[in-house]
Amino acid sequence: MKLLSFLFTSSIGRKLIMALTGLFLCLFLVVHLIGNLQLFKADGGYAFNHYAWFMTSNPLIKTVSWGLYAMIILHAVKGIYLAMNNRKARQARYEVSAGSANSSWSSRNMAILGSIIFIFIGIHMGDFWREYKFGDEITWRSYTQDYNTQAVTWTEYTPVEGQKIYAKDIEGGHMLVAKDLYSEVYDAFRQPWIVWIYVLSMLALAFHLLHGFQSAFQTLGINHPSYSPIIQFIGRAFAILVPLGFAAIPLYVLFQ
Amino acid sequence: MSENMNINLKVWRQPSDQNTGSFETYKVQASPDMSFLEMMDVLNEQIIEEGGEPVAFDHDCREGICGMCSMVINGRPHGPKQGVTTCQLHMRSFSDGDTVVVEPWRASAFPVIKDLSVDRGAFDRIIAAGGYVSVNTGNAVDANSVLIPKDTADKAFEAATCIGCGACVSACKNASAMLFVGAKVTQLSLLPQGQAERESRVVAMVNQMDAEGFGACTNTGACAAECPKEIPLSVIATLNREYTSAKLKGR
Repeated sequence: MKLLSFLFTSSIGRKLIMALTGLFLCLFLVVHLIGNLQLFKADGGYAFNHYAWFMTSNPLIKTVSWGLYAMIILHAVKGIYLAMNNRKARQARYEVSAGSANSSWSSRNMAILGSIIFIFIGIHMGDFWREYKFGDEITWRSYTQDYNTQAVTWTEYTPVEGQKIYAKDIEGGHMLVAKDLYSEVYDAFRQPWIVWIYVLSMLALAFHLLHGFQSAFQTLGINHPSYSPIIQFIGRAFAILVPLGFAAIPLYVLFQ
Repeated sequence: MSENMNINLKVWRQPSDQNTGSFETYKVQASPDMSFLEMMDVLNEQIIEEGGEPVAFDHDCREGICGMCSMVINGRPHGPKQGVTTCQLHMRSFSDGDTVVVEPWRASAFPVIKDLSVDRGAFDRIIAAGGYVSVNTGNAVDANSVLIPKDTADKAFEAATCIGCGACVSACKNASAMLFVGAKVTQLSLLPQGQAERESRVVAMVNQMDAEGFGACTNTGACAAECPKEIPLSVIATLNREYTSAKLKGR
């Protein structure tokens, strides 16, 4: 462990933590987005609720998600620490500052953009994660899927005391009784003010990624005339497509 | 001779690090062919004639290679032109009647000595910590007795063009010295003469850099954009790589 102590004690080490946790969070964004695309299915939430159950009960996923919470907190705490330290490195400010002449807007506002995203994660987890795990307002649905036609039918379900989510095979099909996170999402996104919070937060995420993605590779020491243009291209595409995919969900629900 | 220009100057005046400073405004007539420093000389003559205290600013060779001149001009170190130092900036880059704001490098690690002159001793201490190579005493070795591939020599030379002026620190929103340290580490780690201290050097220089109170790099690229010698941002990636591999090897 002594070999790795530099990650917490030197400026370059702290930047490495920002880069590594940041890239891990980019990977998470992809997985999260792919899973959430199931919200577009008009199946009463069968696929999405099944997925939500899997993601909150599978031991491997649960372990990874604790790692994810740690990464989010580490990225945020180290980021705030670095931003405060960097401010201290220039106590007397410039009268005239021409930052736009030599650097991109997002690169100069990473801490603000990151703070917006951090607050958003809090709101977002309060909306859905907390409600799904601990809330008692969430409704339940019972689904049956026919093996031959793949058609899904569902009814509202009244959970008993200590109700467990379960799935089982039935005559000619499959059955699922689960918490209805799908409807929870749809109910939330029918309220315009929630949709705008989500869309604006995704805009902040886009600008954060626009600088952050390629910046992480520079911090890891990867800067090469052949590879850097590719990394920058992927970074720009990632910064546009991923937040756009996330923002599409609330907008779809609101305007459908 | 072209027509003289009227320039309104707003110059930072600060008697010493212990005193607070403020802006003073001056009017100067300057020829468009003058360098910015020559215009400052005209200003100082004017101030001296009026019995005032001339503006202190750093300068030496006035041909863009010593790294002494500084000044943040209208928010940009070494002024609005790319790849030039303040001494090589000419008044024709401005227009008649312009208001020009002149400030010192602002960084906690570069305390103001007086007016526009700052103490860049932090850079000297970083160099002293590791920015050197060991050589045998005795006769000078023949030139080119150690073979170095041309492209390696070119890359090392590109980094070696750093004049240590500190524009990178002054441009960086974090007052980070990574471009300066990156240039020195890149230059010496590329050459065979720099291999003996390769790992100890990068660790010692980064430790000193952190101790001096420079900020951390956020890869905004402002340093490379404002560098009068156009040192590329890739030297910072090299520094990150050299430092991390030295640390992982237990240095």
